[in-house]
Amino acid sequence: MVHNLQELRRSASLATKVFIQRDYSDGTICQFQTKFPPELDSRIERQLFEETVKTLNSFYAEAEKIGGSSYLEGCLACATAYFIFLCMETHYEKVLKKISRYIQEQNEKVFAPRGLLLTDPVERGMRVIEISIYEDRCSSGSSSSGSSSGSGSSSGGGGGAGGR
Amino acid sequence: MPPGGGGPMKDCEYSQISTHSSSPMESPHKKKKIAARRKWEVFPGRNKFFCNGRIMMARQTGVFYLTLVLILVTSGLFFAFDCPYLAVKITPAIPVVGGILFFFVMGTLLRTSFSDPGVLPRATPDEAADLERQIDIANGTSSGGYRPPPRTKEVIINGQTVKLKYCFTCKIFRPPRASHCSLCDNCVERFDHHCPWVGNCVGKRNYRFFYMFILSLSFLTVFIFAFVITHVILRSQQAGFLNALKDSPASVLEAVVCFFSVWSIVGLSGFHTYLISSNQTTNEDIKGSWSNKRGKENYNPYSYGNIFTNCCVALCGPISPSLIDRRGYIQPDTPQPAAPSNGMAAYGATQSQSDMCDQDQCIQSTKFVLQAAATPLLQSEPSLTSDELHLPGKPGLGTPCASLTLGPPTPPSSMPNLAAEAALTDILPLKDEHVGHQFLTPDEAPSPPTMLAGSPLAHSRTMHVLGLASQDSLHEDSVRGLVKLSSV
Repeated sequence: MVHNLQELRRSASLATKVFIQRDYSDGTICQFQTKFPPELDSRIERQLFEETVKTLNSFYAEAEKIGGSSYLEGCLACATAYFIFLCMETHYEKVLKKISRYIQEQNEKVFAPRGLLLTDPVERGMRVIEISIYEDRCSSGSSSSGSSSGSGSSSGGGGGAGGR
Repeated sequence: MPPGGGGPMKDCEYSQISTHSSSPMESPHKKKKIAARRKWEVFPGRNKFFCNGRIMMARQTGVFYLTLVLILVTSGLFFAFDCPYLAVKITPAIPVVGGILFFFVMGTLLRTSFSDPGVLPRATPDEAADLERQIDIANGTSSGGYRPPPRTKEVIINGQTVKLKYCFTCKIFRPPRASHCSLCDNCVERFDHHCPWVGNCVGKRNYRFFYMFILSLSFLTVFIFAFVITHVILRSQQAGFLNALKDSPASVLEAVVCFFSVWSIVGLSGFHTYLISSNQTTNEDIKGSWSNKRGKENYNPYSYGNIFTNCCVALCGPISPSLIDRRGYIQPDTPQPAAPSNGMAAYGATQSQSDMCDQDQCIQSTKFVLQAAATPLLQSEPSLTSDELHLPGKPGLGTPCASLTLGPPTPPSSMPNLAAEAALTDILPLKDEHVGHQFLTPDEAPSPPTMLAGSPLAHSRTMHVLGLASQDSLHEDSVRGLVKLSSV
């Protein structure tokens, strides 16, 4: 299995990573910018990308929603001197699980076939959505970073410069 | 394709792959030894962890023990000496109410002290490099030998302009209301203050516990004080004042402690009630960031407009889970992603995937930062591999990368590097004393200057080496997808 993977890894290499930053215009609630990064221009359709980010934003809004159920949870927790947290999972944690399932699903269906990979923001301190852009390595692994300095779009075509 | 360029790169990869797939006897053992370490053991901040990462506190906990002793002793004396008399003379409800209050105080105190206040994990090297690049582009300057001006980003929140500062230690732009605690050396979300009495920072995740603690403690203090006085008065009605004091000497001690505590604790409760109702942090209040009067220019953009909503949100709003995943393993050693304590199921999948490629990305980032073309990068690779050989047990690629990505010498805002080194050397002898309390491992200690940037990097490097063999189906599928792409 390891041997197989080595071959697979040799044929795909990480070209660059794009970071979608947080959008603080509505305060400290968790929201990510829906601005389409130029590096993804050749890799994925704008619609798909925006839809993914908007869905993630809606999940986070749901997690942080202030309303009847969150107040109930808070009051109950307070009444038990917060000992209830030892056995109960909070609403936020439940939504985070939903989010990681969603991201996994998106990776499998939408992003991996396009040579991209989303990292769950919770692993980056909820600061960024990290999108790793992969490209295939045509021949042996001379640095994929070789000639494609910064311009991720040039990594789209595997052939590229002779340096590959 | 210059063989010189391809060679070292391939050697890099081969050496990593081979260390892992070398003798099967060695690697499971080594894997087991490395994989058994949890993330709290390599946490870069200055925190103490107990119970295998479940409990997290600041480094200085002396005052916390004092708090505990004061509360326990005073309450203990009250229940032992005053309650029997009062329960008989007045009502048995007194010890019951006292007991409930005491239970509440201890519960909230321990929650405040032991939980993660909302620490923001430090930026991964890729993130840091990406930010550096964007800052350089924004400034229009190349990374010269001098320290660039402090980096800030402006954001408009609810019509108010807020400046986000760049944290040199954590290499992130701090979210609004976050601040870097110099005692704990962490950025904390919605940072209120560092409280030595509870031995921890007070931030977004534990502010409500802190508030409930001081509130219930004020009630308990007033309660004990009132009933101790009652007790003494009742006794002195029977036997005279001096005799009363002789009969229950503990009451004197309790009265003294309560008398001096009441002013500060009740005052603090009142202050924090005000802060909660106006949705401000102690930090903001002290700095005078927001004006109270309506219609003024610097109104508080975070306030919900009315006291009731502000209170509800602060006390009963949702609690975000800890972002630092203290009890997660540094690298899961099973193919299935291990379920971390915070229930992030997909953690193993994406983390191993992204960190396996960190080495490539590290070189990429280094290139960006140095604004070098391809050739200088290829020239630098041999030096990287030689460094790798020199540092035993710790992949050397981490250190040169760390120093390269730091770019111009930018000391962390919390303290200069020299002090960091001194602090770390202080920690080393401490580690010998506190055997059970690990907050720095010998692996991390030897490289103080790069500690702050190096440990997340070394951390990711360790994961890189181990991640090669521990795969899950998602990763395989993703990579297979990429292979399909390449075949087009």
